[in-house]
Amino acid sequence: MSYLEFLGNYSDRLIDGSLITLLQFVLAALVAVAAAIISGLIKLAQLKPLQAVATVYIEIFRGTSLLVQLYWFFFVLPLLGVSLEKFVAGFLAVGLCYGAYGAELVRGAIQSVPRGQWEAALALNMSPAQRMWRIILPQALVIMLPPWGNLMVEILKGTALVALISVPDLMFEARQINNNTYLSAQAFGTALVIYYIFARFVVTPLMRWLERVMARRIGRA
Amino acid sequence: MFEWRWEFTFEILPRLIGATGKTLLAAGGGYAVALVLGLIFALAQRTPWRVLTVATREVVEFVRSTPLLLQVFFVYYVGPQFGLNLSPWTAGLAAIGLHYAAYLSEVYRGGIESVPKGQWEAAKALNMSTLKTYRRIVIPQALPTAWAGLGNYLVGIFKDTPMLSVIGVGELMHTANAVGAEHYRYLEPYTIVGLIFLAISLPTAWLVRQMEISLRRRLGLTK
Repeated sequence: MSYLEFLGNYSDRLIDGSLITLLQFVLAALVAVAAAIISGLIKLAQLKPLQAVATVYIEIFRGTSLLVQLYWFFFVLPLLGVSLEKFVAGFLAVGLCYGAYGAELVRGAIQSVPRGQWEAALALNMSPAQRMWRIILPQALVIMLPPWGNLMVEILKGTALVALISVPDLMFEARQINNNTYLSAQAFGTALVIYYIFARFVVTPLMRWLERVMARRIGRA
Repeated sequence: MFEWRWEFTFEILPRLIGATGKTLLAAGGGYAVALVLGLIFALAQRTPWRVLTVATREVVEFVRSTPLLLQVFFVYYVGPQFGLNLSPWTAGLAAIGLHYAAYLSEVYRGGIESVPKGQWEAAKALNMSTLKTYRRIVIPQALPTAWAGLGNYLVGIFKDTPMLSVIGVGELMHTANAVGAEHYRYLEPYTIVGLIFLAISLPTAWLVRQMEISLRRRLGLTK
């Protein structure tokens, strides 16, 4: 079978798989951003019990493997009474795992906003919430966006693991096609190229664009 | 509701601890491959031949942008198609080594680029060969910068070894799957695996941080 024939026969499945991968990526990224902001802010706040919860979350998810977390979510949580659809377990595990890495980025960025900005907001009689939302977070966002670009690529790559709990994403379809045809180079090679295109020509340019837009909005372009 | 069973825990614990040794072996072996291959990638990008530089850059980008899991499958299954049969261990170490070589080459590059240009010029003025300049002047100064990255990726490669279970490398995750399937109990094996990972990666990460601090102090980079 020539490569063109291969593509003709299996492009439908590869496209379906790619769409699931994109969906998993978007949902996992949203979970990661939410988890990172919440736990990052909690770590900075002076609330001891909550701080301990955030620390435990970050250390557990950063200290173990994504695959272990995924299996735990999918096979163990139901035993404890929480049943998750495999699709949900997939993006939730990936999102929470990388959210723990993102939390450190959020914390570091907020801490690197110059001291004078905090003092100026205080001098203008802003409430703590106003100060955070209007002064500190927009500047922190510009600082942390470049490392988030790398993290987004890691999240995209992380979603490949959901194939192991049978979510029919690109990785899963490539494996199925390989099992049916034994055309490993074609099946896995095509999937590698698709992941590469997503990472290099979709996710990375999108994050760069976001960096520019945000920098312009706070007048640093 | 499922309950934690201690007698079952103690029954399977020796097997899981035995498999931890194999996980460490996989991480160590993969890291050794990555250290050498990463250095080759980094140095290839510093040669004067543009074709080699650009090609290496693209390979590194490609490997970094695609999932390790897919690379593991690719290396394991594509070989036999062309008459090259790799054992799970060989394929696994090659795949994880290649993946992390791409990351480590960036760490090396960052370290080498952090050495001021004047150091190179001084070495040249002293009539040192390129090899000697790297060995005596550049690498000792690049090391503290590179140390944090090298250490973090050591922890990273350790945490990624469970992916080798998919091609049958008998490491920790593979053993936990087998135990779970034999006894129809997944709560204990997967939880223990998680705890073993925590018990190894947290102290290692801490140690890497401490060594970075002391390395910087010894070389007079911080007070």
